[in-house]
Amino acid sequence: MSEVLKQEPRKLPYVAAITEAVSQVLQEQENAFLIGEDVAQAGGVFGSYRGLLNEFGERRVIDTPISEKGILGLGVGASATGCRPILDIMFMDFMGECMDEIANQMAKMRYMFGGSATLPVTVLTMAGAGLSMAAQHSQNLESWLAHLPGLKVVMPSNAYDVKGLIIAAARDDNPVFVILNKASLAMQAEVPEEAYEVPIGKASIIREGSNYTIVALSRMVNEAMTAAKQLGELGLDVEVIDVRSVQPFDTETVINSVMKTHRALVVHEAVRFGGFGGEIVAQIQELAFDYLDAPVARVGAPFSPVPFSPALEKVYVPDANSIVAEVRKTLEI
Amino acid sequence: MAKQPGNKILQNLYLQMVRIRRFEEEAGRLMEEGKIPGALHLYVGQEAIASGVMQHLSANDQITSTHRGHGHLIAKGGEFNRMFAEIFGRATGYCKGKGGSMHISNMELGMLGANGIVGAGLPIAVGAAFSNKFRKTNNVTVAFFGDGASNEGSFHEAANMATLYKLPCIFVCENNGYGEYTPQANHQAVVDVADKAAGYGMPGVVVDGMDVMAVYEVAGEAIKRARKGAGPTLVECKTYRYFDHVGVRGMGLTYRTDEELEKWKKRDAIQSFEKNLTEMGLLTEKKISNIYGKINAELESAIKFAEDSPYPDPSELLEDVYCEA
Repeated sequence: MSEVLKQEPRKLPYVAAITEAVSQVLQEQENAFLIGEDVAQAGGVFGSYRGLLNEFGERRVIDTPISEKGILGLGVGASATGCRPILDIMFMDFMGECMDEIANQMAKMRYMFGGSATLPVTVLTMAGAGLSMAAQHSQNLESWLAHLPGLKVVMPSNAYDVKGLIIAAARDDNPVFVILNKASLAMQAEVPEEAYEVPIGKASIIREGSNYTIVALSRMVNEAMTAAKQLGELGLDVEVIDVRSVQPFDTETVINSVMKTHRALVVHEAVRFGGFGGEIVAQIQELAFDYLDAPVARVGAPFSPVPFSPALEKVYVPDANSIVAEVRKTLEI
Repeated sequence: MAKQPGNKILQNLYLQMVRIRRFEEEAGRLMEEGKIPGALHLYVGQEAIASGVMQHLSANDQITSTHRGHGHLIAKGGEFNRMFAEIFGRATGYCKGKGGSMHISNMELGMLGANGIVGAGLPIAVGAAFSNKFRKTNNVTVAFFGDGASNEGSFHEAANMATLYKLPCIFVCENNGYGEYTPQANHQAVVDVADKAAGYGMPGVVVDGMDVMAVYEVAGEAIKRARKGAGPTLVECKTYRYFDHVGVRGMGLTYRTDEELEKWKKRDAIQSFEKNLTEMGLLTEKKISNIYGKINAELESAIKFAEDSPYPDPSELLEDVYCEA
């Protein structure tokens, strides 16, 4: 009977992909440990680390005080002396508490020391709006990190990439920030059971198209896919690129796409002004100017803190409709 | 009561202090002559602390340092050649000329860096101590910091986590009475930084930072305690920097009096220890003169090494940002 039952590919929600990735990293690396606020007893405030304390014990899954400087500093010192720590910063917004440890210590130690220090440390953190968590629990601050030489920064949009990028981050000998998205936690995707890597620094073309490119970060990839369908009705054949890695950034994939399609829009959930999208647009105009048939458009959040009320937040966060509207405005269609 | 240290240790305590002082005096002179780019924060006056603490450490024990880090590296085993090369910005320096005085470091000697950010070494030291415990080594980590750094949030978080996890971490406060240019009385309400230890459930001890034997003994107890798994200690060493926050000027400063400096200099750690060792018969004028002669020759050759060393090649600029392995 089993011969006729074809095995369904296994699907996992985004949150379970986090758990599985960390679990497999702890299995394969004896000097790895997970440390952060409420990661052990509580299993993480989003359930990302549920069961890991039981599986690996309190030596390797460690609750901390609410002390982000302490956590990041511990990660710097421990990684420089033979450990491979996985740090959790519960909400990305809390990076303000430990920005010195990130920007002046973790990012720069190797360079300042002439290459003698190696910091194999992974930082997992949760970003994103859409859950009415208001201004201090909803931000996307990837541009803070992407601006710092010495760090790598990835933003998985789906469960498959979550697992592969966390494992790649943990196997990397550099500090890598994995910026997760809290509004995507229930989203399912096919996720292989074995450990695998998604290469850091590689974007992914998740929809091929011929005459328009949308370059999207994190959850905006899903909105871009919806927008692509709607734009199809307007005669556009849209290619969608999931950036996945903002540092290093996969310039080649984006430029090749724009050279083919001649038009592009960049979308992220972060505030548009000064956001990472500006870097992408600048690179496109530097490297593909002669191929462009229209201005490169940008979609991002307006220049305000993330509002609390669902009525305001809905307007604030970019979505498929705002992408479509921007494309139509730019192309005058 | 701690066992009286042997003659070799006593002589080494003295030697390290003199090595630090002479290095700093030469570095200051070269800075004044415009031969060193950037800023130097010199350790002169505080030598007893680095010397007394480091006597208990091996290269496998780690330290984190401060702006004023040359003395720590010398006492940890740093070579004059590569130190001068670094502060001259040369390719042969400990950091290949990419760090300079404020980031001088040597991972092989367990010196996890001087630091340009006040208080930033403290959480890093906690991480190294965590690593020692996690990897089940018998090593300890010493975090050097100043009275000024004890006002930073990083001090609070590091002290709490180190005691919470009972880490082999020792907090050595070099209280030189000033946070940069601000007298301690104008930057904190406590007189003894060691009092803060109680707030974290760790012992806090005040020691005369101008007395190398006192530092040696107190640090020895704290380090022994940490090595056997009993957790951290805060050792506050009362000391004084003879020079300005930056550079070599010591007198005529707006924020302190010359009388104050003179008073501290009368208790100079090197002079008083020299006197003691002479009385014990361990030093003679001739021996002292030999020690200085040898150190001066080493300095001269190190400065020449640095001056003769090439600057980093421009192709080095983008190296070491990432580990490419």
